[in-house]
Amino acid sequence: MSETVTGKIRKVSGPLVVATGMKDAKIFDVVQVADQKLIGEIIELEGDVASIQVYEETSGLTPGQPVVSTGLPLSVELGPGLLDSIYDGIQRPLQEIEKAAGGPFITRGLEVPKLDRSKKWSFEPVAQEGDEVKEGDILGTVQETELIQHKVMVPPGMAGTVKSLKAGEFTIEETVAVIATEKGEKEVQMLQYWPIRRPRPVQNKQVPTVPHATGWRVLDTLFPIAKGGVGAIPGPFGAGKSVTQQALAKYMDAQVIVYIGCGERGNEMTDMLIELPELEDPETGKPLMQRTVMIANTSNMPVAAREASIYTGITIAEYYRDMGYSVALMADSTSRWAEALREMSGRLEEMPGEEGYPAYLGSRTAAFYERGGIVTCLGSDDRQGSLALVGAVSPPGGDFSEPVTQNTLRVVKVFWALDADLAAARHYPSINWLNSYSLYSKQLEGWMNENVGSDWSEMRNRMMDLLQKEGQLQEIVRLVGFDALSGEEQHILETARTIREDFLQQNAFDDIDAFTSHAKQYEMMRAIDTFYVNGTKAIERGVAPKDVFEIEVRQEIARMKGVEETKLEELKTVADKIGAAIDALQATE
Amino acid sequence: MQKEYKTVREIKGPLVFVDGVDGASYEEIVDVKLPDGSERRGKVLEVDGDKAVLQMFESTQGVGVDGASAKFLGKTLELGVSTDMLGRVFNGTADPIDGGADIIPEKKVDINGAPINPYSREFPNSFIQTGISTIDGMNTLVRGQKLPIFSGAGLPHSRLAAQIARQAKVVGSDEPFAVVFAAMGITFEEAEYFQEQFRSTGAIENAVLFLNLANDPVVERIATPRMALTTAEYLAFEKDMHVLVILTDMTNYAEALREVSAARKEIPGRRGYPGYLYTDLSTIYERAGIVRGSKGTVTQIPILTMPEDDKTHPVPDLTGYITEGQFTLSRELHGKDIYPAVDVLGSLSRLMGKVAGKSTREDHSGVASQLFASYARGKQAKELAIVLGEEALSDADKKYAEFAEAFENRFVRQGEDEDRSLDDTIALAWELFTILPVSELKRVKEQHIEEFLPKKKEQNAEEKADETA
Repeated sequence: MSETVTGKIRKVSGPLVVATGMKDAKIFDVVQVADQKLIGEIIELEGDVASIQVYEETSGLTPGQPVVSTGLPLSVELGPGLLDSIYDGIQRPLQEIEKAAGGPFITRGLEVPKLDRSKKWSFEPVAQEGDEVKEGDILGTVQETELIQHKVMVPPGMAGTVKSLKAGEFTIEETVAVIATEKGEKEVQMLQYWPIRRPRPVQNKQVPTVPHATGWRVLDTLFPIAKGGVGAIPGPFGAGKSVTQQALAKYMDAQVIVYIGCGERGNEMTDMLIELPELEDPETGKPLMQRTVMIANTSNMPVAAREASIYTGITIAEYYRDMGYSVALMADSTSRWAEALREMSGRLEEMPGEEGYPAYLGSRTAAFYERGGIVTCLGSDDRQGSLALVGAVSPPGGDFSEPVTQNTLRVVKVFWALDADLAAARHYPSINWLNSYSLYSKQLEGWMNENVGSDWSEMRNRMMDLLQKEGQLQEIVRLVGFDALSGEEQHILETARTIREDFLQQNAFDDIDAFTSHAKQYEMMRAIDTFYVNGTKAIERGVAPKDVFEIEVRQEIARMKGVEETKLEELKTVADKIGAAIDALQATE
Repeated sequence: MQKEYKTVREIKGPLVFVDGVDGASYEEIVDVKLPDGSERRGKVLEVDGDKAVLQMFESTQGVGVDGASAKFLGKTLELGVSTDMLGRVFNGTADPIDGGADIIPEKKVDINGAPINPYSREFPNSFIQTGISTIDGMNTLVRGQKLPIFSGAGLPHSRLAAQIARQAKVVGSDEPFAVVFAAMGITFEEAEYFQEQFRSTGAIENAVLFLNLANDPVVERIATPRMALTTAEYLAFEKDMHVLVILTDMTNYAEALREVSAARKEIPGRRGYPGYLYTDLSTIYERAGIVRGSKGTVTQIPILTMPEDDKTHPVPDLTGYITEGQFTLSRELHGKDIYPAVDVLGSLSRLMGKVAGKSTREDHSGVASQLFASYARGKQAKELAIVLGEEALSDADKKYAEFAEAFENRFVRQGEDEDRSLDDTIALAWELFTILPVSELKRVKEQHIEEFLPKKKEQNAEEKADETA
């Protein structure tokens, strides 16, 4: 701990407070502002003048009031008790805030512990006394929730011999291990700290090759994201960003989910809070909330804390990645984070870049997304962990040329473009198949062909191709009408319509349709593919296109999305039935 | 502690700069006294050492560098609230203008409010029946929701808002309700229209009105919606009332904000609006909802006019990102003399999925989805017919075009006093579905077609009759 520094407020302007007498303070130190002890962070130092962003409402602050530096950077508390929680942007549990405030409104200057200090956790040692350990090695485990086993690791930067190791019930502040290091004996507790703006160290990063199953057909089949992959969902309001993000948080096959509501609606966070405990993990039947950490800094909560919320969330996510889990983080929305940057930058009177955003928007965005990836974690067991990042972007007016979208697209590998026209026609999820892309699809093809079906990528590429052709053919139809097309071309349009309506469209609010496994997607794709391939052949041998379009069994394709996962056998027969029905059609003269 | 200074240095637009101030605090209220003894109210926008920047709520006309003095009141802007405010009319800074007595406050509350803890919220889930088919049937309003009307100059948003305020009810509930109405920069006639509506129906007894008209001080508008919402929160969360808040016109509010921002020489964001417009708007819109442990609710219907009907203009755009959907009015429908001219394809209620078919009729959500899809296709067909001629349409498209026509004329169009129940609305939808071939009704469930589609209903009834015979 370094010395505390006490200065005085000179200027107050919104969330920005300027204080003098801060010569010995360090940049990014946390400070307590005025007698109310509002939490702030030093973001600029010039001589003895510090610019501080304050994470709470500043009304009533007066020049001359004290500013006390804690000498510590803004950090999160890491340890058991993170899961199944909901925090504000600076990791204050909202439940505790409610108790401390004594009501539904968030008042100022509340000091609440980030992690529960009194709860006892059952610590089971994994290492043994006398073991040589280095940073990242697992000392012991705690069953944090029924879904996740928490691993207590040797903190980064520490190495030595385990001198003593306890077993039994402990609070997070009690010492569970003593390690003899070169610099003397160090005590290790379950509670550890990490500054939010510094990425947690790893051994090395790798190229992602394994897909995340999201349960959304348009994503898994057409634009997949990898474990450790990074993606963005830009779209105008009402196109379904939040619904997509929430569906990911519910159904994505990551072991741990961190969901950040950054400057978004309060009711949406409430909705998640009510739904997640009710939803069950498909494998264990336990509530999904047990694998989830939520960070809620809604739009009307202080803007500086919104800026911090993204970093608070990603640091917690990295911590679980370091245990060797596959973690996915959703940030809704990164545009609000960028706006918070802009607001602070404006108040600091910095020279603006594009549209008033600070010139460092691009580098900050890139630095954030680079914290994702699939890695070999610290520790001698060389375990692997992954952290996938999905950021929503809210471009003003749905215009993708604006700085936040463009800076994001430069770094992400998956682009799920939401489309207002599709949303208006109630085509959900309204992800535009012509604009979206996934740079992982080539990398993941091998895995899909091996694990789902050997012709997966072949069918997937054919489907993409048909959708592209549909776009061109529709231009022609608009000019000369459907009947002017050749039979084969008409068949392309018909198949594409089936793809759109019966495959891409998916209802997030329907119990069965909300999640589709890879296996079921494969069967659905196979049925449509058979309809296309056999249909084309039939038309070539002289069957009237109309006869192909109107075969009875085609109805079954539409019904597939409503069939439960457990009835996979039934779905497997659809493709063959369609093939047989089309092959039986007679050519007309 | 109150302190008075005669050191006004500069006046610029709505801003007054005072020097040599000792201990002014951020957001503190200041009264600027003129030589003639009159007072103007403002608040501290920034303090830097001994310099304070004041933002006046009233005009700065007549304020001089000499002779004026600024009195710092040592507190932030507060509103005295009381249930006696029901039935009263106030100006934009909450002084009574209906000739009645001053309000004796039960308590004083900071008008900026405090953010509702998301953990303490309850999710809105009671369906509000407005009696308007396009809303109830397709863009359902829910208690505790914030659902704006996106309008344009000359469109009937006031009539629609007044109709909602008159007819809105939760079926089968008779809990106490209130309407809080805040006018920002609207004309005398518009304000008069609302007052008349409230008076003629007797709703004025349960209404609180805050009026800042077009000729009232611009900057006062920044406080007006906060006065209204502070009142609403008090009535809802302390007096257990269901409060509907109508804010009109949010575009004027945003312009007032822009004026102050420009006077401070802040770096502008899009179209000259300040970069913090989103955050500022959210501190208004997010003051809606339901909190645990309180029976009352705050439902918000803000109205805004889109300059040039442009949805991407910063005000509607940022509003749409905060609110839970929007009702968009269509100039095209209005041109066809269809009231209420709701453009259903551009409208959305994000909370509809939580109530439709769950706490309302089971076929509600399927019917809504079918209406959306069929109307969208029908409109496309009509456009195609314009390019290629009606003859070029396929049989199905002809049916869809007919459906779209009937939809606009029978489903969208309704009287200003016509209060349709949800059952009526859904029955009407089923009647319209008879225009389409049954095989096209893919978004409604089979069993609902059997049960509700008029043709099928008759058929089924006949079959039954045959069987019994």
